[in-house]
Amino acid sequence: MSATIIVGVDGSEAGNRALSYAKRLATLIGSECELQLICVVEWSPYTFQTTEENALRKKQKHIETQNAQERVINPALDSLKEEGIKASGTVKFGKAATILNNIAVESNAEQIVVARSTEQGLSARVFGSVTASLVMSANVPVTVVS
Amino acid sequence: MKRFTYLFSAITALALFSLSTSAQAAEGIDAVVNEIFGNATGWFVSLIFAPLPGTNFPWIVLWLVTGASVFTLYFGFIQFRSIGHSIALVKGDYSDPNDAGEVSHFQALATALSGTVGLGNIAGVAVAVSIGGPGATFWMILAGLMGMASKFTECTLGVKYRNEYKDGSVSGGPMYYISKGFAERGIPGGKLLAGLFAVFCILGALGGGNMFQANQAHAQITQVVGNYPGWITGIIFAALVFVVIVGGIKSIARVTDKIVPLMGILYVGAAVVILLVNADKIGWAFGQIFEGAFTGLGVAGGLVGALIQGFKRAAFSNEAGVGSAAIAHSAVQTNEPITEGYVSLLEPFIDTVVICTMTALVIIITGQLMQDPATGLYILNESGSIMTADGSSGVALTSAAFGSAFSWFPILLAVAVIMFAFSTMISWSYYGLKAWTYLFGESEKAELTFKIIFCVFVVIGAAANLGPVIDFSDAAIFAMAVANIIGLYFLMPIVKKELLSYQKRLKSGEIIKFKDRH
Repeated sequence: MSATIIVGVDGSEAGNRALSYAKRLATLIGSECELQLICVVEWSPYTFQTTEENALRKKQKHIETQNAQERVINPALDSLKEEGIKASGTVKFGKAATILNNIAVESNAEQIVVARSTEQGLSARVFGSVTASLVMSANVPVTVVS
Repeated sequence: MKRFTYLFSAITALALFSLSTSAQAAEGIDAVVNEIFGNATGWFVSLIFAPLPGTNFPWIVLWLVTGASVFTLYFGFIQFRSIGHSIALVKGDYSDPNDAGEVSHFQALATALSGTVGLGNIAGVAVAVSIGGPGATFWMILAGLMGMASKFTECTLGVKYRNEYKDGSVSGGPMYYISKGFAERGIPGGKLLAGLFAVFCILGALGGGNMFQANQAHAQITQVVGNYPGWITGIIFAALVFVVIVGGIKSIARVTDKIVPLMGILYVGAAVVILLVNADKIGWAFGQIFEGAFTGLGVAGGLVGALIQGFKRAAFSNEAGVGSAAIAHSAVQTNEPITEGYVSLLEPFIDTVVICTMTALVIIITGQLMQDPATGLYILNESGSIMTADGSSGVALTSAAFGSAFSWFPILLAVAVIMFAFSTMISWSYYGLKAWTYLFGESEKAELTFKIIFCVFVVIGAAANLGPVIDFSDAAIFAMAVANIIGLYFLMPIVKKELLSYQKRLKSGEIIKFKDRH
């Protein structure tokens, strides 16, 4: 029986902590475990943009996807491959908590691993952090790495 | 970058030099600009607003009304049948989450609205009711409702025939759908008509999308800080527009684009409060609107005078049939061009039916228009407009109307007008640029040339008087509608085909809301 673990990564120190913990879990579970690394570029369909930004949006999305793939996903996948851990990676756009949960449900994942971010300021107070909203709304177990 | 620094320094030096000249010389510059501008554009204005033989009804107004009526009938009153579906599309109910990160229906609509909601809703409505009386509001609402079908047609075509380049960037608009659509249907003259549209679009961008904005922004600033020469405002605005469109300093545009929706909400919120406080007068105000629509209530030209003003200002405000929205909406992410047609028809509704009507109601209810108590007719001044409480016109009239309820409102309105003007200028600089590059090719040199011309017209617009600027702005915007509506007549069967196919698939359940797909 295989076990899938969803790992939220973003190239930050917090993301790396989540990845390290997921690696340990994968090692303990053994070869049946697969890590799915998800890098979410925060995006909302309800923001206001200029006409020029709209005209260049597809191009911009391509650049953002490529950057996330090259800077976050590929290095993480390379290190996992070296350690013999089965893994895949995707870049997604939208609200991080919703996307991580949706992918976890779709792929029957055992759990989601994220790190406690150091989000501060008004937006984190008003809207809550990604980890807080994930813990409150996820349909699968969530591990928050401190 | 070196060239940008040089040009920016030149504009700054010109501004500093100009500021050092005497006030008398400054007034002289305004007068000269006004005279040269009036003389240079008079023939164009006369041509566009020429009356139908034997009447005083401008042929161009009939042109727009006919177009909107034809599209309304041809698509079976689509604007009244599909509001629910339009809202569902804007909410993203039919959007594929895999398309996240690209331009949503909401974003395309919001961007197009930020180019249309602005001075047309504030100053344009004031002009309409002060010349055409409250009755102009009725015709404005009717034009807004009919214009929804024009917008539906042009925005569907805008997406269907857009150019999608290898690097992912998108260009669309009437010049593309006219040239490609005509070729597809084997109709000759597509390139010529598309070229004509592009020429008029450049004039529209310089007129309504630029000079009118600069002119009214200056008028609003002088209301708050006192009178000073218009070219000074022009130079400051030109410098700001310059750094955004030439210097690529997008942060200014981004800040404006965040504040503009907030200003819009505050404006509508203030109007709602005034209307609620005066709820007992709303019935009377609508009575004035209906009576004025069919009798004129003493305004110059009577019924026809009210109708012309209503239709003119509605077209100027919501730009339905003009073709500009097709440029803005063409960047949306969708595989079904008709969906953007559905979304775009909300634009004239929000812009004209809701916001313009609110402005008109506030002006009427707060008693800005002078009425003869004995006859109930409106009193005209020597220029043929309705006499107002403090003699103001244009944006100053709206400011006075809102100011009579909230003393602080003129300051908020001044800020809103400046923001609206700036955001509209940035939007139109893009529309004009697309038309320019369609004609002269996509090159850095061609783009820079247009952008500099655009900035020069900001100064002219702020310095010239309201009359010649309004005339030229209207004429330039309506000229776009001439070429665009001809194109739409020839291409509307394509839209019909798209519509029937989409409706069939919607009915059969082939197209369903995303949440129902699993």
